[in-house]
Amino acid sequence: MSAEASAQPVSITACPDGPLLVRGDLALFDDDGRPVQPTRRTFALCRCGASAIRPFCDGSHKLVGFRTSPPSRSPAVTFDDEP
Amino acid sequence: MTITAEPGHDIATSGAPHSASPMRPMALPSPRGPVSTELVGLFTGPRQAPLQGCADAATESLAASDDMLADDDLQLALFLMYELHYGGIEGVSDAWEWDPRLLAVRETIERAFEAALRGAVRQPVATREVPEALFALVEADDGPSLSAFVERDATSEQVLEILACRTIYTLKEADPHSWAIPRLHARAKAALVEIQADEYGGGRPERLHATIFANALRGAGLDDRYGAYADHVPVEVYTSMNLMSLFGLHRRLRGAIVGHLAAYEMTSSLPCRAYAKGLRRLGFGAAVTDYFDEHVEADAVHEQLAARDLAGSLAEDEPQLAGDILFGAAACLAIDGRLWGGLRERFERGESALRMPLP
Ligand code: FES
Repeated sequence: MSAEASAQPVSITACPDGPLLVRGDLALFDDDGRPVQPTRRTFALCRCGASAIRPFCDGSHKLVGFRTSPPSRSPAVTFDDEP
Repeated sequence: MTITAEPGHDIATSGAPHSASPMRPMALPSPRGPVSTELVGLFTGPRQAPLQGCADAATESLAASDDMLADDDLQLALFLMYELHYGGIEGVSDAWEWDPRLLAVRETIERAFEAALRGAVRQPVATREVPEALFALVEADDGPSLSAFVERDATSEQVLEILACRTIYTLKEADPHSWAIPRLHARAKAALVEIQADEYGGGRPERLHATIFANALRGAGLDDRYGAYADHVPVEVYTSMNLMSLFGLHRRLRGAIVGHLAAYEMTSSLPCRAYAKGLRRLGFGAAVTDYFDEHVEADAVHEQLAARDLAGSLAEDEPQLAGDILFGAAACLAIDGRLWGGLRERFERGESALRMPLP
């Protein structure tokens, strides 16, 4: 990895209704202060509390209906054969 | 850590039932009807033999078939033509890959394939942003879940059948979506490469997802050579694979392959968790569960990258592709739903999912 790439600031992106997406080199510690080694360069941190692999997201936010903003009343998708 | 990579030409072990790495090219499978019979005949005959018999068989079968998505013979023939672009087929000349006569036959089948897909899959329309539409599409997909069945009810024999059905795609996991890399640009390209790098082990050959899956197969006592179960698997396995190859190999359909990947990743982490639980319930070891455990965490990341950074960026940069992105996602859900939902239905009827028992 080039020096330039490793010098990139850490970025955290909040995914609507989902996890926090983390990019960049950082130190991560669990509830007991033990270091956690992320296994990939970009990882997702659970923010719904329901993940079975905390601190990482396992997609459970969908099962528990986690919302970061009130759901829109109109559907986000329709079908072109619908009237 | 230093990894010494050996050139991958370890052909000497190709006769071993459980080799250390999946061997390519695959052995030629048995034909399933007139088109694949003609094709296998061509592949094993002299290179300059006329193709008219194969072309005629394809035209006749297409005219006679009422659902080409479920046509064993046509889907196998198409799969074999596509396989020339992946790992190749043992004993079949590489020159067939770009033989214009064979490409013409392929196009005849592909045309009917795409028309059948467009007929069978409802075209979604985004009312807001494409990523939001993708999440809504996936959320609304409520077909019978094979993973929930595996978690609670499946027997070991059924799990082995599922693993055998997965071999056709998963031993070359991520490859059909990689065709899209040179056809995308800027943000969408960077996002696709970020996902694929993870699929390909992030520089660690032993963490290639296809390799982790090969370990899982061996751990379950199955054969990890590519195509080992080509004669066993039902047509839906080939339709699912062909869908990805059709979308991946045509630049015109780059929106659809991106949408396919998004839907695939968005429907992976929770099912993989259920698979892993079911495998543990049945006493399968860590080698087998590792593949599914890896995908719980990986695909929770990939789903966000694929929906937002990949599909979302592509829809912003090339808005005319939005329809195909959603079509590709809907096609993935529909075709894979037929495949895995169909397996569950057969299991619930007490039937095997395979065309012949596992050896
Ligand atoms: S945010 Fe995904 S499981 Fe909690």
